[in-house]
Amino acid sequence: MLRLVLSRLVSLAVTLLFVSLAIFLILEVLPGDPAAIMLGTAAREDTLAALRQELGLDQPALLRYLEWIGGILHGDLGTSITYKMPVSTLVAERMAVTLPLSLLAILISTLLALPLGVAAAARRDGAVDRAVLVFSQLGVAVPNFWIGLIFILFFSTWLGWFPAGGFPGWENGVAPALQALLLPAVALALPQAAVLTRVTRSATLEVIGADFVRTARAKGVDRSATLRRHVVPNALIPVTTILGLQLSFFFGGAILVENVFNLPGLGRLAYQALNQRDLVVIKDIVLIFSGLVIVVNFLVDIGYAILDPRLRSRA
Amino acid sequence: MSKRFLAAALLLSVSFAPAYAAKTSLVVGMPIEPPGLDPTVAAPVAIREVTWANLYEGLVRIDRNGKVQPLLAKSWEISPDGLTYTFRLQEGVKFHDGTTFDSADVKFAFDRARAPTSTNAQKQIFAPIDAIETPDPQTVVIKLKETSGNFLYYLGWGDAVIVAPETAENNKANPVGTGPFKFKSWTRGDRVELTRNPDYWQKDKIKLDSVTFRFISDAQAQVAALRAGDVDAFPNLGAPELFTEFQKDKRFSAVAGNTEGEIVAGMNNAKKPFDDVRVRRALMHAIDRKALIEGAYSGFGQPIGSFFSPNNPAFVDMTSVIPYDTAKAKALLAEAGYGNGLSITIKSPQMAYASRSAELIAAMLSEVGVDMKIIPTEFPAKWIEEVFKNKDYDVTIVAHTEPLDIDIFARDNYYFNYKNDKFKALIAEAAKTTDEKARYAKYAEAQKILAEDVPALFLFQLPKLGVWNAKLKGMWENSPVPANDVTEVSWTE
Amino acid sequence: MRRLMRLRWNSALIVGGILTAILIATALLSLVWTPEVPTRVRIALRLKAPLEAGLLGTDHFGRDVTSLLMVGAWNSLAIAWPAVLLGAAIGTAIGCAAAAWKGIADEIAMRVSDVVFAFPAVLSAIMIGALVGSGPLAAILAIAVFNIPVFARVTRGVALQVWTLDYIAAARALGKHPLRITWEDVMPNIAGALIVQVTIQLALAILTEAGLSYLGLGVRPPNPSWGRMLSDAQTYLSRAPHLAIAPGIAIALSVLGLNLLGDGLRDALDPTLRGRSTTA
Repeated sequence: MLRLVLSRLVSLAVTLLFVSLAIFLILEVLPGDPAAIMLGTAAREDTLAALRQELGLDQPALLRYLEWIGGILHGDLGTSITYKMPVSTLVAERMAVTLPLSLLAILISTLLALPLGVAAAARRDGAVDRAVLVFSQLGVAVPNFWIGLIFILFFSTWLGWFPAGGFPGWENGVAPALQALLLPAVALALPQAAVLTRVTRSATLEVIGADFVRTARAKGVDRSATLRRHVVPNALIPVTTILGLQLSFFFGGAILVENVFNLPGLGRLAYQALNQRDLVVIKDIVLIFSGLVIVVNFLVDIGYAILDPRLRSRA
Repeated sequence: MSKRFLAAALLLSVSFAPAYAAKTSLVVGMPIEPPGLDPTVAAPVAIREVTWANLYEGLVRIDRNGKVQPLLAKSWEISPDGLTYTFRLQEGVKFHDGTTFDSADVKFAFDRARAPTSTNAQKQIFAPIDAIETPDPQTVVIKLKETSGNFLYYLGWGDAVIVAPETAENNKANPVGTGPFKFKSWTRGDRVELTRNPDYWQKDKIKLDSVTFRFISDAQAQVAALRAGDVDAFPNLGAPELFTEFQKDKRFSAVAGNTEGEIVAGMNNAKKPFDDVRVRRALMHAIDRKALIEGAYSGFGQPIGSFFSPNNPAFVDMTSVIPYDTAKAKALLAEAGYGNGLSITIKSPQMAYASRSAELIAAMLSEVGVDMKIIPTEFPAKWIEEVFKNKDYDVTIVAHTEPLDIDIFARDNYYFNYKNDKFKALIAEAAKTTDEKARYAKYAEAQKILAEDVPALFLFQLPKLGVWNAKLKGMWENSPVPANDVTEVSWTE
Repeated sequence: MRRLMRLRWNSALIVGGILTAILIATALLSLVWTPEVPTRVRIALRLKAPLEAGLLGTDHFGRDVTSLLMVGAWNSLAIAWPAVLLGAAIGTAIGCAAAAWKGIADEIAMRVSDVVFAFPAVLSAIMIGALVGSGPLAAILAIAVFNIPVFARVTRGVALQVWTLDYIAAARALGKHPLRITWEDVMPNIAGALIVQVTIQLALAILTEAGLSYLGLGVRPPNPSWGRMLSDAQTYLSRAPHLAIAPGIAIALSVLGLNLLGDGLRDALDPTLRGRSTTA
C-alpha cells in the first residue's frame, strides 16, 4: 500500500512538473507583448522598454521559469501584471464564485444521477430505464452554455424569476448569492449529470450481475435491501472515479458558463488575463486548474485502491 | 444588505426632516473593468472612466462640451511668444492622504510622466516641455521648447492628472488624488467603490456621498441590472440592439451621444493595391455607411467622411466627399486595372462592432467585385503585434478612441503606412498654432485632405449609448474625453 | 470487418443512424443548394421571425437562418472529422506503441496523456487559437490534441489484452517484430472499439467546436458556424429568441445522433459491452 502511494506520489510530481513546463513553454511562444497591451498604441519604444524592464520581461526564460516555480514552492504566486496585486488575492476572490459554483453543480449532478441511475438499473428496460436513457442521451447532447442561454431566456427574460447574470457578492447575503449561482450551476450540472447517470446505471447493472449479489438474492435477501446493502456501495467505486475525471469538466465548463452568466469567477479571470497577456495570472490559474484535477485524481486512485483490494497488488 | 440598511436609516432620519431627501448614492455600470486605477501609467480607457475628475484632478479639465476649464490651476497666463505658461494654483487643496497640494506636486507629477523610465501612455503631451519651475507653492511656470496649440487641452487628459510623490507608486491599487471622491474598495471582477472626500476643496458643489462602479460585460446582464435597479446608470450600454427598449421606457433616460471613437477600416497604404488612391476611393464609394450603421450598430452612430470627432468644435462633415456609389466604385477599380476583380483580406478584432462591420463591409465590397476575406485577429495582443507593429495586413478595422488624434495620419511608421508631406506639415503647423480660429481652419483643411485621399475607410463615430434612471441629472451625454465624470450628478428627488 | 457483417440491429443504431444520415445529407446538400445565399446581407430584412422571411427567420444581418444552419452543419463536420481522425491516428499509434514496448515508453505516454487530460480544455483551445491564429486550423488542432489521450488510452487498454494472448506471446518468442504483430494481430482486434470511439468522439467534437466558435474560434466569418450563431444571438435574446433556439437544437440533434450511433454500434458489434460507457 505504501509503495502504491509513493509511486503515485512520484508520478503526481512528474505530471505537475510536465504541466508547469508545458504552460510556460506555450506562454513563451504566445504572440503578444504585455507591455504594448497596457500602454496602448500611442506608447513610444522607450516607454515600452521601461515597462518591460519593470515587469521583468527582459530576463532570460529559464530564469523566469525557475523564479516562478521557486515562488510557488514558497507559496508565492507572484504579482498580476495588469492589476498590480498578488495573484493569490485575485484567485481567492474569484474562487469565492467558482468553487461554490462547481460544488453546487457537482452536488446537483450527483443528486440527480445516483437515484436516476440506480432506479434505471433496478428495472432494466422498464419505463423508468427508458426515460432515464432518453434524459441521459439528451443531456449529453446539449452544450452547457446553450442551456445557460435558454435558462436566461426562460427564467430571466420571460418569467423574471432569476437575475440574468452577475453576482451580488457574498457580503450581501447568502440567499441572493445562491440565487445568482443556481441557474449557472444547473446548466453546468446537466450534461455531466447525464454522463454520471449512464455510468451509475451500467455500474449498478454490472454489480447486480455479480456472483455475490446473486448469492444474496438466492439467500432470500429482498430486492431493495440487496440494492441498498450490496449493489449501491459497490457501484459507487466506478462512479467516484468518473466523478473525479469530471472535475476538469466542471472547472473547464465554468469558463463558458461564467461568460454566459457574467459571473466574476476564476474562468473569466483566466479569459481576461489571456486577453491582456497577464502571463503571471494565466500561468498560475492553469497550474491551479490542472493541479486540482491531478491531485483529485490521485486521491481517487488511492481511495480506489483502498476500496478495491484487487488493485493494490497491481501497483 | 448594507444598501437596504442605509435606505432604512435614511427613512428614519427623514421622518423628522422635510418630506423628500434626495438619494445620495450612485451606481454606475461599465462594460470593462479597468486594469489598475492609475491613468498616468497605462492606456486603457476604463481607467479614465473610473478615475478621471472623480478621483484625480489635473491643472485643467475638459468639460462636457470638450472645452478646457480651470481646475487645480485657477488661472494661467501664456507669454506672447507662446513658450511660457504660468499657472496660479488653487489654495487649500489636499490629497486624500491629507498632504497639501502645491507646485512641487505638479512638478513631481509632470517630471515623473516625462522621465525616461516613465510608462505614461501619452508621453507626447509632455514632449514640448523644456523646464518646470516652482517660484512659490502656488505658482508653476512651464517653459516649452516650441509652441503647442493643444498643450492646455492635453493637460486636461487623464494622463496629466496630478499625483503626490508620497503615494504615486501605489496608485494602481490604492489611488490617491485631489478629487471629490476618494477610493474605498475594489472587488476585482465586480466593483470599485468611491466615497465622498470630506476635505474636497469645492465640496459644496458635490451632491453625491458615494459612487460605485460595477463591471458587467454581458449586454443582457447590463439591461437586467438597469431594470432591477442594481445599477442606476450605464453611460456606455454594450448592445445597441437593446438600447431601443429603454428609449420607450419612461423610467429611464436613454441618450445617444458621441464618443471620441472613430471607427475606421485602416488600409496598408504602402502595399499594393492600396498605394493607388483610385482603389482606396473605389472601396470608399462601395460602402453604404447608413446600412453599415444599421446592421452593425442598430442605426446609432454618426457617419463620418474623415477622421475627426463631431464633439470637437473644429469638426467638419466630410461624408459627401466620397459618397456611396457602386457604379463609380466599379469604374475606379476598372481604371486602376482591377476590373476583373480584386482579392484582399481584413484583419478584424473580436469586438462586436468590428467583426460585424467587417462582415458587412465584405458583403458590400463583393457587390463591386472585391473579394475580401475576414481574418479574425485577437485584440489587443495579436492585433498590436501583427497589424500595428509589423504592418502585416491589407485592411483592418478598429475604433480610435483618443480625442484629437488626427495626427496619427501624420506619424511616421504608423500602421497605415500613409505618407503625405503636405498633410504632415499642416498638422505640425496646427499643433503649434495658438490662435483658436486659425488652428480650427488648419484642422478643417486636414480633414479635407484625408477625406479625399482616403488612407482609411472612414465609417462612423462610435456612439455613446447612455441609459440612466430618469431621476438622475448631470450625466454626460457625449464623451469628449473618456470619462464618467459624476461631479455634477445628483438625484432630483 | 467480419464483425461488421454481423451487425445486430437495435433501436439506438437505427435512430442514431437516421439522425446522422440527415446531418451528413444536410451538410452535403448545403454544398450545392441552400434556400438563400447564406452570406447574403439584407439589412431591410433584419431579425425577422420564423416564416416571416424564410422557414426559420433571419439574423441580425437579414441572412436566412435555414441556409446558415445548413452550411453550419457542413462546417461543423469539416472541423470535427479531421480533428477526430488526426487525434485518433496519433492516439492509436501512441497506444499501440505503449502496449507493444511497455516499460518506460508506456510510462511516458501515460504521463503525457495525464498532462493533456489535466489541462483545462477551453483555456488551452483559446491559447492554441492565439498561437496559430483564429481559424479552422486552430479549432481542428485544439480538438485533436484532446482526442489523442482518449484514443491512446482506449487503444492501449485493448492492445494490452491482445498482447497477453498465448499465440501472440508465441509469435513474439519466435522473433516476429512488434510492429508486425501490432499491424497483423492487434489492429484487427481493436478496430471495433476504435469505430465506436470515433463516433462518440465526433459527437464530442461537434459540441466542442460549438463551444469554441461561441468564443470566436473556429471557421471564419462570414462562413457560418452554429457556435457563432449562438454568440451572435445572445444580445438579441429578448428580441429574436429563435436565433438562440435553432442552432442549439441543430447541435443537440447532431450530437444525439452520433452518440446513439456509437452506442448502437457498440451493442451491435459486441453484445457483451452493452451498457458500458466511454463518453466520460
